[in-house]
Amino acid sequence: MTALRFLLTALVVAMAQPSGAQAQQRFITVASTTSTEQSGLFGHLLPAFEKASGIRVRVVALGTGQALDLARRGDADVVFVHDPAAEEKFVAEAFGVKRQQVMYNDFILVGPKADPAKAAGQDILEGLRRVATTQAPFVSRGDKSGTHTAELRYWKAAGVDLATASGIRGPWYRDTGSGMGPALNTAASMNAYILADRGTWLNFRNRGELGIVVAGDQALFNQYGVILVNPAKHAHVKAADGQKFIDWIVSPAGQQAIAAYRIGGEQLFFPNAR
Amino acid sequence: MSEIAQSLALAGELVAAGDAKLAEIVWLSLKVSLSATALSCVLGMPLGALLAVGRFPGRHSLIVLFNGLMGLPPVVVGLLVYLLLSRAGPLGQFGLLFTPAAMIIAQTVLITPIIAALTRQVIEDEWREYREQLRSLGASRMRAGRTLLWNARFSLTTAGLAGFGRAVAEVGAVMIVGGNIDGVTRVMTTTIALETSKGDLPLALALGAILVAVVLVINTGAFILRQWAERRWG
Repeated sequence: MTALRFLLTALVVAMAQPSGAQAQQRFITVASTTSTEQSGLFGHLLPAFEKASGIRVRVVALGTGQALDLARRGDADVVFVHDPAAEEKFVAEAFGVKRQQVMYNDFILVGPKADPAKAAGQDILEGLRRVATTQAPFVSRGDKSGTHTAELRYWKAAGVDLATASGIRGPWYRDTGSGMGPALNTAASMNAYILADRGTWLNFRNRGELGIVVAGDQALFNQYGVILVNPAKHAHVKAADGQKFIDWIVSPAGQQAIAAYRIGGEQLFFPNAR
Repeated sequence: MSEIAQSLALAGELVAAGDAKLAEIVWLSLKVSLSATALSCVLGMPLGALLAVGRFPGRHSLIVLFNGLMGLPPVVVGLLVYLLLSRAGPLGQFGLLFTPAAMIIAQTVLITPIIAALTRQVIEDEWREYREQLRSLGASRMRAGRTLLWNARFSLTTAGLAGFGRAVAEVGAVMIVGGNIDGVTRVMTTTIALETSKGDLPLALALGAILVAVVLVINTGAFILRQWAERRWG
């Protein structure tokens, strides 16, 4: 039974170590989107905040829908996402205290450089219509993320009904139910069109034959907002430290840090806090 | 093929450079999965022995159940443990979600059935061989189970290693309950998933090669330890 005692002791030591370290560390949990994580923004932004405040930020990166659900259950202190309609609803349901806008970037239509659907240009709706009429392969996130809801909005505005057009939906419209990166991997291997956020695209390595097809349309504007989870709903929410993070990110220091993040000289996110 | 060769070269470079970040991630992977394995051995091995030598109603159903649970999908375990540990869940007040402890719990749930089922098989074979002997000594079933577990301790390392292999390789459960938080709950498999998401396939594959190497080192260590122990006490 000495082996058993050894195992138990080892376990206690292993379990005690991480929780002991956590107790000393001041931190908040931020539920955010895959686009902010996979574009590398947080890696650039958070060290500056941590240095200024002494508060560590633990980021859980999910789709916007999932991130808001996580916060509804009280598993995050702050949400930092990009689906204004869903964010307003979150605040209206009193799960969030107040929504503040932080920054924007834009969506882009990515597709084969050869552009078989002739979708290239500055008009996203026209581009999508051409993809639909030529039935060129299109990869959808299909995961209730901010990018997915934006994509559905554009299809609707373009007059392409994906639900009733199941006949045409079959072979060319691929609903992958995955994050931005995995969906881009799928699109790259299928040489398909896909709606992506510019940040993730710029940081994405496995591009294959894909390039930007449509960009610069006003409608492709992608606004990010930040919300403190309501401590009245979940008493354990670290409201003071969470608010410090929000105050910092909308402050001149935070906004400048966002503007300073570049990949290959190209700016990914544009601060626009008010 | 050049991509795979490139990844292996990159893996070599990463290891040679002794990257502190990588070391931290590997260390956390080991800490979480070895803890879960230890916990599962403590829970699963007596359970396996009980199923092997015990005689009680529902025993056969339990054996089938544990054999079936060996195929438990990690993502389902992750979801289950998430719902338990979430602030809105029954164990929410402990604030364990998104900590290494949550990952240990999830992996323990995942691999305890594997260790219990494999232990049951080993002990059942032992029981068949030594039943008469143990009975003539007047050993109770409880006593017999303990004796057989001790007797089979060297064979049972394989059960432990099978559980460890499953734990250290899974991504679905730790991704959900750990959240893949940089520097806190990021382990080898979630890092590989993240780098794949970024489209950095060579780096993802290089990390995969390192993970396999680490698992091989652990298994080699266990093998040598077993040989030595068998010679000493076997």
